Amino acid sequence: MASENLTASSYIQHHLQNLTFGQHPDGSWGIAHGAEEAAAMGFWAIHLDTMLFSIGLGILFLWLFRKAAKKVSVDTPSGLQNFVELMVEFVDKSVKETFHGKNKVIAPLALTIFVWVFLMNLMDLVPVDFLPHLASLLGVPYFRVVPTTDLNATLGMSISVFVLIVYYSIKVKGLGGFVGELTLQPFGKWMMPFNLLLEGVGLLAKPVSLALRLFGNLYAGELIFILIAILPWGIQWALSVPWAIFHILVIVLQAFIFMMLTIVYLSMAHEDH
Amino acid sequence: MNINLTLIGQAISFAIFVWFCMKFVWPPVIAALEERSKKIADGLEAANRASRDLELAQEKATQTLRESKEQAAEIIEQANKRANQIIDEAKEQALADGKRLRDAAQAEIEQDVVRAKEALRTQVSALALTGAEKILGASVDEKAHSEIVEQLAKEL
Repeated sequence: MASENLTASSYIQHHLQNLTFGQHPDGSWGIAHGAEEAAAMGFWAIHLDTMLFSIGLGILFLWLFRKAAKKVSVDTPSGLQNFVELMVEFVDKSVKETFHGKNKVIAPLALTIFVWVFLMNLMDLVPVDFLPHLASLLGVPYFRVVPTTDLNATLGMSISVFVLIVYYSIKVKGLGGFVGELTLQPFGKWMMPFNLLLEGVGLLAKPVSLALRLFGNLYAGELIFILIAILPWGIQWALSVPWAIFHILVIVLQAFIFMMLTIVYLSMAHEDH
Repeated sequence: MNINLTLIGQAISFAIFVWFCMKFVWPPVIAALEERSKKIADGLEAANRASRDLELAQEKATQTLRESKEQAAEIIEQANKRANQIIDEAKEQALADGKRLRDAAQAEIEQDVVRAKEALRTQVSALALTGAEKILGASVDEKAHSEIVEQLAKEL
């Protein structure tokens, strides 16, 4: 805990507060202190901790994989190359099972999603107080280390996927085909507005469900870690260890689900009904 | 829980990461994987071909061996036959030579006998004449009595 006189609820709130940088209502720029100040900053504010960790982990992923890819060898794969090949092969297999068209983007996209989301989720296994406490020693008041517990991060990714869905729908079926798909089914052309409502909700539900699923799982997981951290220190391990072990499954599974659903949505965008 | 600029920042970094992965990470790794699987497939095929070749070679070797064995047997047989033939010919030759030599000897012996008989007869007739001369005390006209003496000689 940052200091001893914190109550449980303020401790939890403190842990769920992002390091927000933006313009205060009075016109000055700076870090928000507390949820109300952050909310008052409106849309034009940025979560420095989320950006730091997501970009840092993304660069870690690309640096690691690029290192292996640069000296990739056909005959004598090294340890790192084996790992990278394992991931690439796994993703490639998943993509080929689901998506049958020709597209150079989907497989690297899926790989990026899987590894990146996995790394961001993995931050959840770092003890909840560890990095925020270090940051507070450096004078940083708020520090959330798991980017996927920030709805902005998951929505940012799922909206990018959504843009790709719309882009490929139009590219493959043409604008008319895409609009037709939205308006002419399931009930034929006399029910156009109703069809549009149904299909539009279905289309918009994709990115929203994608983002909320990942966010919800990781947010809940982090919250439980925080709740465990409130308990007396002597019994914390009895709960945090089983939960962390269970959470290993969750973080891999959520990364996999995000990747798999992206592939499924994009392959649906390529197919005519 | 505010929706703010972080969302756009995250989308931009996501796009950049995907682009980088697509350009610099995915192609070399997947190319290496494909090349390796091709290499393995080629290797397996080569191994298959080699074992098939080996089988063929073994078959051929066996066949050649059998053929040469047959040939060798044939040659030996011919040689045996030829040897027998030569022996037979030599035997025949020897027999013929022996017979000829014997015949020649026989003929010579017979000639000698005839010659000896002749000589004996002449001597006997001369002896008889001499004897007769002595007995008769007079010479016998050889010419006149040669006919008788001849006859006598022939009867001997």
